[in-house]
Amino acid sequence: MSSREIILGRIRRALTDVPRTEVPRDVPVYRAYLRVHGDRTPEQTTELLAENLADYRAVVHRCTETELPSRIASLLAERGSRTVVTPAGVPAEWLARCTEVERVPEESTGRQLDAVDSVLTGCAVAIAETGTVVLDASADQGRRRITLVPDHHICVVRVPDQVVDSVPQALERLAPERPLTWISGPSATSDIELDRVEGVHGPRSLEIVLVSD
Amino acid sequence: MSGAEPFPEAARVSVRNAQLRSNLRHATHTIRAKRAKAVAELADWGRLRAAGAAIKDRTLRHLDHYLEQLESAVTAAGGQVHWAVDADEANRIVTRLVKATGETEVVKVKSMATQEIGLNEALAAAGIRAYETDLAELIVQLGDDRPSHILVPAIHRNRTEIRDIFRHEMGHWGRPAPEDLSDSPAELAEAARLHLREKFLRAKVAVSGANFMVAETGTLVVVESEGNGRMCLTLPETLISVVGIEKTVPTWRDLEVFLQLLPRSSTAERMNPYTSTWTGTTDGDGPREFHLVLLDNGRTDTLADQVGRQALRCIRCSACLNVCPVYERAGGHAYGSAYPGPIGAILTPQLRGTASALDASLPYASSLCGACYEVCPVAIDIPEVLVHLRERVVEGGSATRDGARVTIKPAKGHAAERAAMRAARWAFEHPRALRAGERLASRTRGLHPTRLPGPGAAWTASRDLPRVPPEPFRDWWQRTHGGREAK
Amino acid sequence: MRVALFITCVNDALYPGTGRAVVTLLERLGVEVGFPAAQTCCGQVQYNTGYRHQTEPLVRRFVDAFAEYDAVVTPSGSCAAMVRDNYPRIGQRAASEGRGGELTELAGRIVPKVHELSEFLLDVLHVEDVGAYFPHTVAYHPTCHSLRMLKVGDRPTRLLRAVKGLELVNLPGADECCGFGGTFSVKNPDVSAAMGADKVRNAVDSGAQVLCAADNSCLMHIGGTLSRRGGGPRVLHLAEILASTEGNVS
Repeated sequence: MSSREIILGRIRRALTDVPRTEVPRDVPVYRAYLRVHGDRTPEQTTELLAENLADYRAVVHRCTETELPSRIASLLAERGSRTVVTPAGVPAEWLARCTEVERVPEESTGRQLDAVDSVLTGCAVAIAETGTVVLDASADQGRRRITLVPDHHICVVRVPDQVVDSVPQALERLAPERPLTWISGPSATSDIELDRVEGVHGPRSLEIVLVSD
Repeated sequence: MSGAEPFPEAARVSVRNAQLRSNLRHATHTIRAKRAKAVAELADWGRLRAAGAAIKDRTLRHLDHYLEQLESAVTAAGGQVHWAVDADEANRIVTRLVKATGETEVVKVKSMATQEIGLNEALAAAGIRAYETDLAELIVQLGDDRPSHILVPAIHRNRTEIRDIFRHEMGHWGRPAPEDLSDSPAELAEAARLHLREKFLRAKVAVSGANFMVAETGTLVVVESEGNGRMCLTLPETLISVVGIEKTVPTWRDLEVFLQLLPRSSTAERMNPYTSTWTGTTDGDGPREFHLVLLDNGRTDTLADQVGRQALRCIRCSACLNVCPVYERAGGHAYGSAYPGPIGAILTPQLRGTASALDASLPYASSLCGACYEVCPVAIDIPEVLVHLRERVVEGGSATRDGARVTIKPAKGHAAERAAMRAARWAFEHPRALRAGERLASRTRGLHPTRLPGPGAAWTASRDLPRVPPEPFRDWWQRTHGGREAK
Repeated sequence: MRVALFITCVNDALYPGTGRAVVTLLERLGVEVGFPAAQTCCGQVQYNTGYRHQTEPLVRRFVDAFAEYDAVVTPSGSCAAMVRDNYPRIGQRAASEGRGGELTELAGRIVPKVHELSEFLLDVLHVEDVGAYFPHTVAYHPTCHSLRMLKVGDRPTRLLRAVKGLELVNLPGADECCGFGGTFSVKNPDVSAAMGADKVRNAVDSGAQVLCAADNSCLMHIGGTLSRRGGGPRVLHLAEILASTEGNVS
């Protein structure tokens, strides 16, 4: 007998108290919890997102679509970044004002990325109640490692379109077959005396640009 | 580890370790207050908790169905699924998979399952070096120590001890710590970042666990803070995930409950810094090979116990440890397994059985204060299961071991207690005899010693005995209200 | 309404003063109390130590002893919780072992009748000011089973606040277990003593003259630790404070 058959057999014997006719949905799950915590206008939702992102030490910026290129240029300049990795789907105009910065392709290896100063991406969805941005590896977000190895991540969120209130709303928008990365503030640890310290392995600086039309 | 000393003996030593007591007190009290605040933010916490428990119960009652569904979804997405009946088999599978890649080192994400099965030791015996990459696990590994907490395995160490470990040991494992390393948590984290980065960039194989596995989609979820998980899950070419079969949830939508319950219960955050989900393999992104090892190792035996099976709902948040007054004083090592604290006290004696003196002592490692049940995000009634397992220890009875029904004999060493319990029950069934006994105690009260010999010394070593009153309540009632009752 | 006192085995043998206080208090409030002599023990120690089968005869005796009463009042949060939480559970387990529904039926009969003292005063008698006088500073230790199993909430402190002359002071770490835990106190004496020492330190730090709780078993442990240490507040059951009057202070 294979281990698979042994385990499945043990499970079936362990569940002799479960009636043979019972199907999973016969076990009640009451989803009486809230879809959204609170009643907010889209502006208030964006406000809450900004607040919660900042609470976990992400740096939040707001600008319009037309201001975005100059804002990105100034963020990279302030940081002194000379190289920036961007996935293919990031619009060229986002970097139009960055004349001094070398654009690195997302196909780079981990070691190559380790020498890159910054990464610039979009996102799939942002969650206001938790201060989270979710990347789903779409063309403007790229493969997972590019937002991991460099020490500085600039993530552009379109507001209000890409912002939802809650975790349940976010899951509805996301495709499980895509690799997802949920990011809530920069890398952190609570491993020393259960006190939160920002910055271990992922980008230690997370800048979120909320872009409105 | 199951040959280790019983809980009370281990705790006798740890409770006297002032440094440990102060480290644990500081850490658990810090997180306790934060958790309460994070939970209070959600008006529907009780409803989320009930839904979390119900989803897990649904899964457990139909676990065979969900595991088969999970297996086909993972396979369809390009993963390979392996089944391991016990720790040995899981270790053999992982060793074989690593050897097939030709590599002799792996990077690891913190995983309770691989600690439970002793994977690092098994890999070492096969000539494969496993590098722990979670900061706390790194501290434990460098310090040649054992984890003592589910979420924060090095909770028993304070910042100064951690600095000393980094200074002395990092150089033996790779990039040394800077000479002038201070004990500031930020500097310690920076040292770990530099030390581990070279390992991440070089690694070809990673081993992880998972917090959740979604049966309908074949998606695995790892919830973390530091980014070491992301490194392990995305940089290497081969990923091997060892996951307990009870980590399954039926649907993608079910994550909406657990991704709210877990972060607030464990690190007391609205959301942890990083959560990764992946389904099989993705072209050009992340590992080219993905292996899922489904682990039983006592879980099906636990499932067979209708009272005890609720322990399989556990999502390893560690909230119960952080509120437990016994854990706070005894420390995690006294529990003698990968699972310390209240959840360990009900999980270990079910996964391993109650045959060893240590495992038989675990259900008693609780004052039944109920703080664990109150904070559990999936409503595991830990006190109920503790009492149930105490019964198995003292009364014996029917249980399942390695898939077979067996009759457990009452544990040794409880004969005197059993006799005392019977005698007490007899007296309680005979109120007149009870009254006579009480009167005798009252009449001889002048002769009672203040310190007792034998088992009574366990009380009088630290506490005075109450003075026996001149007359029991019954006699007072009879004297003042006598004849008023028919009975 | 026929009201019975369930004294509990510990109070009967070691703390009769608490029982006398309950009787005094209830009679002062115009309640005629009965004391069925057939009562003994709720079985909590047996049950919590793992001797469920030894507990079953005590469940039967308990239900039988109080059969003629409408309400059972007890000055012990943990004994009330034993009946309310665990009697139905004992019934279910017996049924799942194929021994029928007798114990479940008995539990169903007794559970609605049983009230811990503060519950009885506030929920049944609807009295908050019991007319007591107690001119001391008091810290209240909520005890785990009252707090988490019975969920008595602020009932005891509402009663205490209404006592004339009494000043209620904050007990640091009040919600934390004192370390008694029945047989836990002797099976894990070192951890139990460490918990007791911390509770006692908090009790001393509170500056109270009296440490009050609604469970004498916890107070036996705390009081025994205090007495060994010397100094600090004296311990007193809630009932004894509520029974105190200007003419007769506990």
